[in-house]
Amino acid sequence: MMKKFNLKYIGLFIAAAAVVSCEVEFDNPIDEAGVYTSGEADFSNYVSVGNSLTSGYADGALYLDAQLKSFPAIMAGQMELAGGGEFIQPLVNDNAGGLLAGGVQILPNRFVLAVGANGSPAPAVYTGEAPTTDITNTFTGKLNNYGVPGAKSFHLGAPGYGNIAGVATGQANPYYVRFASGGMSTVIGDAAAANPSFFTLWIGNNDILSFATSGGIGVDQTGNFDPTSYGSNDITDPNVFAGAVSQYVTALTANGAKGALVNIPDVTSIPFFTTVPFAPLSPANPDFAAQIPALNAQFGALNQAFAFLGVPERSITFSTTAASAVVIKDESLTDISAQLTQVLIGGGFPAQQAALFGQQYGQARQATEDDLLVFTSQTVIAQLNSTRFQELVGLGLDQATAGQLSVNGITFPLEDQWVLTPEEQTAISTAQTAYNSTLEALAAANDLAFVDARTALSQVANGGVSFNGGVLTSTYATGGAFSLDGVHPTPRGYALTANFIIDAINAKYDANVPKVNIGAYRSIQTSDSVN
Amino acid sequence: MNKLKALAVLLLISTMAYAGGYRVSTQSNRQLAMGHTGVAVVNSADILFFNPAGLVHLENKINFSAGGFGVFSSVSYQNSEFGTSSETDSPTGTPVYAYGTYKINEKLAVGLGIYTPFGSNVTWPTDWSGSHLVNEIELSAIFIQPTISYQLFDSVSIGGGPILAIGGVTFNRNAGQSLTDEQGNRSNVGIDDSSVTAWGWTAGLMFTPNDRFSFGFNYRSLINIESTEGTATFSNFPNSALTPANGETGFTATLPLPAEITVGLSHKFFDDKLLLAFDYNRALWSEYESLDLVFENGSTSINPRNYKDSSSWRLGAQYLATDNLTLRAGWYYDESPVQSGYFAPETPRNDSLGYTFGLSYQVNSKLAIDASFLYLRFKEVNESYDFFTDPGASAPSSFGGTYKSQALIPGIGVTYSM
Repeated sequence: MMKKFNLKYIGLFIAAAAVVSCEVEFDNPIDEAGVYTSGEADFSNYVSVGNSLTSGYADGALYLDAQLKSFPAIMAGQMELAGGGEFIQPLVNDNAGGLLAGGVQILPNRFVLAVGANGSPAPAVYTGEAPTTDITNTFTGKLNNYGVPGAKSFHLGAPGYGNIAGVATGQANPYYVRFASGGMSTVIGDAAAANPSFFTLWIGNNDILSFATSGGIGVDQTGNFDPTSYGSNDITDPNVFAGAVSQYVTALTANGAKGALVNIPDVTSIPFFTTVPFAPLSPANPDFAAQIPALNAQFGALNQAFAFLGVPERSITFSTTAASAVVIKDESLTDISAQLTQVLIGGGFPAQQAALFGQQYGQARQATEDDLLVFTSQTVIAQLNSTRFQELVGLGLDQATAGQLSVNGITFPLEDQWVLTPEEQTAISTAQTAYNSTLEALAAANDLAFVDARTALSQVANGGVSFNGGVLTSTYATGGAFSLDGVHPTPRGYALTANFIIDAINAKYDANVPKVNIGAYRSIQTSDSVN
Repeated sequence: MNKLKALAVLLLISTMAYAGGYRVSTQSNRQLAMGHTGVAVVNSADILFFNPAGLVHLENKINFSAGGFGVFSSVSYQNSEFGTSSETDSPTGTPVYAYGTYKINEKLAVGLGIYTPFGSNVTWPTDWSGSHLVNEIELSAIFIQPTISYQLFDSVSIGGGPILAIGGVTFNRNAGQSLTDEQGNRSNVGIDDSSVTAWGWTAGLMFTPNDRFSFGFNYRSLINIESTEGTATFSNFPNSALTPANGETGFTATLPLPAEITVGLSHKFFDDKLLLAFDYNRALWSEYESLDLVFENGSTSINPRNYKDSSSWRLGAQYLATDNLTLRAGWYYDESPVQSGYFAPETPRNDSLGYTFGLSYQVNSKLAIDASFLYLRFKEVNESYDFFTDPGASAPSSFGGTYKSQALIPGIGVTYSM
């Protein structure tokens, strides 16, 4: 009897223990249905289409870590909370970046920020591991990310753009070769065949960007409707752009998919064009300071000639107290070589020297704040231009004189490829404005979300965007938003990109997809594994 | 001494934080069942912990008790802004205790206690969204307390003794929210120190004006666990002069085990069959201002804590149901020492309510088996830790969200008297 009585208590004890041992449950658990919603959209098969920005390209390469943090991958991770499905990317093998074709490296490894021998950090090519991604190893089957680095608008619809035979000749893109469904397939065809329920399309950046990064050495093809005749650094005709993109939107919406179109940011938003100042020549540099008097004396005669010819604005002077602008060759200026030569001869210059000066400074001027020096110009400014040096030596100048006249940006005007002049910037922004109007109109006509990346990125460039842990700006290396190639975002920049696209999608489709904490995504990668 | 230390290290079994901060109120099955009251309850040798002045009041010449608990805890975290959520998968904590007392004469008793009053054992998923604050922490301290108790006057006894504390800690977290090596692996710092010793003391007073009423007071001193001989392991840092090198290095850190004051009373009713007890604890947590890790490789990790002194209010009841069965129940309210904005997921403790019950079964005149159960419920809380700054960042990044915790702590023990 007694024993039974005790068992009762023990039973009660165990039962009570069982009652309270339920799982921890929040009052409003976020994993419950209905917390995050897709609204009128359906995220079950999200497909992203675009260029390097869609692929996750960063630091001058496509490498695994950044690819895993591509903006579409980040978005897909958040969409998973609102009915999103699996998101498959054509992942590269490694974090070296770089591509091989049949074992031979055809594209370089990524940049890292390395502390050099002088103790200051600078970008360098990462050599901590060998690249292993060979474009002969191809993907088959369904993908979700159809971002192809380097693709321009018309490339996405170009058959053969993924044909390995065309890589060597520049007809095909090695990144697309990796996952093209066939030798004559198109990126857009493959993306549409993936049967998206939702898509993002961000294309057109390279249609102006390659012109911009090349300092405008290409041609503005506005008016030329045949893209097969374009060079790689040309600006795409806005009608060609419009025709291509509207065809892609039709293909992607064929089965009723919803999606978002993203517009083209300003080139001035990216550090590639904002890092090198137009006036980088500082008298604080003793080597340069020592030359200033001689330079000013030499340019004095030239400046008199400019004044005489009615173009005093082309005068070249170097300040002993403030940083001076580089001397550039502006192809939009009237070429006054011949007149200049005559005036210099009249001023008592020997004929050969006058001709030389006339030729060298016929379209020269000092840069102004309206000129954009490209990022790569920093490696040549104030350096000897060996091509020019050889030329001058060939013309019979002694080495000292030839050297003196061959200093990039000081005595030898910076060539077209290093500077975006206002005229070139206008060509870019005219095309950009046209592209963006097309994108906005296409979004409206097809009832798609329109993402104003241009405005979002200009906020980053002008003052920055605050986040939990700092401010994201477009300052090179330290700003956090842009990777070391100066063009492509860091994973943190891609996270910001994902957030503003999510904003636009939420607004358009009455969805509730949470944004990401951009502070949880890294900015630039430091490494001294650079040989 | 070395043998004792070795034994203690062997006994450094993982324990668990449940009384705000990393204090673990599981020092007796009988008393835990009564809301962990006990500063004025003379039940068994367990009084050695609750109030050393009570030792002399034990009826038997020799008393021994020992037991342990299984701590099943979980903490859930979610952040609705970002859609992130995580849940701890902490190993079961097993705090233990053993007390022995010997009554030399009616006025004098001595004893020895070994128990684990501090500890924390929290394992979050590796690289979870708060991994820059903690991936995993295992903190344990074992206290060894020789005790003497003396009946000063008819109604007043005193007691006390030194405490040898042996602490150990392993703590692992990522170096930042986003710092990685070249492969994208999160840069990580782990520290490990297994046998830090420190001394403290305890003293108590018990006032027993009659057979039914007791009043108790107990003070336990601050013990600073100063870690100087441990190992810190830096891993997955990039090969860069701008970040610390990978590998092992030394470190120093001080973790305070705060002083605690307890006052309480108990009263017997109904032919002494029912006993009611009330305890009030005040833990002087304000000692814990910052956890500062200084590494030999030149890096530091400064983690403001800014704890505040905190209180617990405890109620317990004991009922002698039959000659050999005693039932117990209790309740307590435990205030967290963690202040708003300092809520770090390594000790995700907000104010909690403890519901306890238990029983003792007297097997024979000498031996009893004690069982207890504690259900510890934490109110859901929206909190953040605002004092972490990523390496190289210009501003601190707050880490917050909604936390909800609970713990289930069953325990079993034995009591032996002769």
